[in-house]
Amino acid sequence: MHMNKILLIIQREYITRVLKKSFWISSLLAPVLITAIYAIPIWLAMKDKEVKRVEILDLSGLWKKSDLVDKEVAFVFTSGKEQELKMAFASKGFDAFVAIPEDVLVNPKGVHIYSAKNIGMSLKESVEKLIQNKVRQELLLKAGISSQIYESTQVDIDSKTITVSNDGKETSSSSGGAMILAGIMGFVLYFTLLLYGSQVMNGVIEEKSSRIIEVIISSVKPYQLLLGKIIGVGLVGLTQFLLWIVLTIGLTQITGKFYGEKVKNNLTQIQKVDSEKQSKVIAKSDEGSPMSEVTKVLESTNIPMIIAAFLFYFFVGYMLYSSLFAAIGSAVESATEAQQFTFIVMIPIILSFLMAQYTIQDPDSNIAFWASMIPFTSPINMMVRLPYGVPGWELILSMTLLVLGFLGCSWVSARIYRVGILMYGKKVTWKELGKWLFYKG
Amino acid sequence: MILSIRQVVKKYSDHLALDHIDLDIPRAKIFGLLGPNGAGKTSLIRIINQITAPDSGQIIFDGEPLSPKHVDQIGYLPEERGLYKKMKVGDQLLYLAQLKGMSKSEAISKLKEWFIRLDIKDWWNKPVDDLSKGMQQKTQFIATVVHEPKLLILDEPFSGFDPINANMLKDEILAIKERGTTILFSTHRMETVEELCDEIALINHSRVVLAGEKMEVQNRYKQNIFKIRYLGDLPADLKGMDVLSVNGQSATLKMNVGISSNQAISEIISHVDLLEFQEIIPSFNDIFIQVVNETNAYE
Repeated sequence: MHMNKILLIIQREYITRVLKKSFWISSLLAPVLITAIYAIPIWLAMKDKEVKRVEILDLSGLWKKSDLVDKEVAFVFTSGKEQELKMAFASKGFDAFVAIPEDVLVNPKGVHIYSAKNIGMSLKESVEKLIQNKVRQELLLKAGISSQIYESTQVDIDSKTITVSNDGKETSSSSGGAMILAGIMGFVLYFTLLLYGSQVMNGVIEEKSSRIIEVIISSVKPYQLLLGKIIGVGLVGLTQFLLWIVLTIGLTQITGKFYGEKVKNNLTQIQKVDSEKQSKVIAKSDEGSPMSEVTKVLESTNIPMIIAAFLFYFFVGYMLYSSLFAAIGSAVESATEAQQFTFIVMIPIILSFLMAQYTIQDPDSNIAFWASMIPFTSPINMMVRLPYGVPGWELILSMTLLVLGFLGCSWVSARIYRVGILMYGKKVTWKELGKWLFYKG
Repeated sequence: MILSIRQVVKKYSDHLALDHIDLDIPRAKIFGLLGPNGAGKTSLIRIINQITAPDSGQIIFDGEPLSPKHVDQIGYLPEERGLYKKMKVGDQLLYLAQLKGMSKSEAISKLKEWFIRLDIKDWWNKPVDDLSKGMQQKTQFIATVVHEPKLLILDEPFSGFDPINANMLKDEILAIKERGTTILFSTHRMETVEELCDEIALINHSRVVLAGEKMEVQNRYKQNIFKIRYLGDLPADLKGMDVLSVNGQSATLKMNVGISSNQAISEIISHVDLLEFQEIIPSFNDIFIQVVNETNAYE
């Protein structure tokens, strides 16, 4: 019987919110934004990857075809007079014409780039880099340094981080990717704790100010109403997460597939232009992108565990904070009146977010440890630490403390709530709230 | 008795709201709970609704100590009442009826009956926001009675009702009483008390200062005053009574203790032709004011 009534309340709280337009707007908008953030840089990069055709006149004779390889530029050697060629390249379908003087080693400024339109920065840079590399190589050679020595000095440091667990199992990880994942989860928690906590508060204020509260609590106990409301709104939050995850994955898959095709096309085009060295360049540049770093972390960490922990920290953290928000809502009669009290609940949330900035930099520091243990700051900070790897006992201790913290807060909140909802026309003070804790029945 | 209240005490931090209250509310009657603002009526009603608990004392509902299972047998219309503004009328009533323990199908069929009865068939899908105040009151009334409670508690039910809706409400209250429901009526409008109530209790300063059957209470407070209309000259001294005032061919008389109406009439007709003889029954308004003033003076 009692369970039935709580279920009814949960149902009402859930359905009225899920049927709102604003719920669907935020559920759809966030994945679209995330996809856009992910897709736009790729799209821009792809746009640049359109291969430019450049005609080159090398009077010095230093350049071979294999020297002039660039993923964005296709070079075609030509011969003739610079004066004539610079007039004709555009009509032959070239984007630019480069003339290298005979004495380029002593007069590197004698290189001219002609273009029909204003030449793009990236094209200019590509061309300059290729010429510059060759000139430097030739000069070094003249100074007695062989091209092998020169090649061997061109090192590219891309370290691999490897996490070694107690049993000696090694997993390659990427701290850059962990940081991105931790940052995303920390921010989402920060944002949703505030969002859904204040939704609970506004729901309580609505019931009190519309005066329906007295009718409801003549049918159910105040704690049943409070519990039903908190769970109902929490389920709205979980539904939103689910929609965000599913839609984001779906949208990024679709865009990924779309771009995947294009990247492939591009690759074959470029390969036609030149050599296998080319594909290495592309592969390497893809490896370093933030999205692939995250993918690397996702591969090396225990995804189900992270998702389970995230849902746990969201739900219990949300219950803790929303019960406090509900207590505040019950003590006041309008949202504006609530402002003088909400800061006390918002401070720990904001503080956790600020602490998370340290935690993300140094997830094993003392601050990070304590921040991920104390119930008020632990939801955000533990989720920020988790992608870097956290010992099992720390996770269990932190979860236990959070549950205890929730039980304590809900005890305090329920006592304030049951008095507050029937209190009208009285300016509530902190002292008054303290007294309510000890009222009987 | 549907409800027996025994020695109920409720203290708030700064004052005593109910001071050893004893009340018996008989089945299928309309019981008026009267008293000035702040006397303790709302505190008592909240205890009966189990919104708050008494500090001491006992409440027996339908033969058993009052417990949470009884909330479904009580209907409560608070003085300060409201609805979820964004919800549709039908959904809202369905929700409130289910909270009172009705099944969904049962609630729907009962609600439909009420919608026809109160002539509001096309309101089901209207958001409460679009309703006028009178329409909202009808909705709230349905929410209070749809689960067919054994005890209906109405706190100032007529406040804010226009005369047409007030009449409709009166008729519905009487019809519900006919079906065997007890109605506990909290008000300070004496005209509705006189019209509707079978029994009353007056609370002042946290105590019951007067209780009983309506006629019996009125008899208790009558002062043996009569009004007569006559033809002829009324002498200033009549046996067994005092003439309080004379106005043309009518007069107000106060009988001495022990004089019956028949004795009074035979004395009067020996002097004048009696056209009309009427006992002045004190109004509840007068009784209310008298008792409240007396107890206030006593405090």
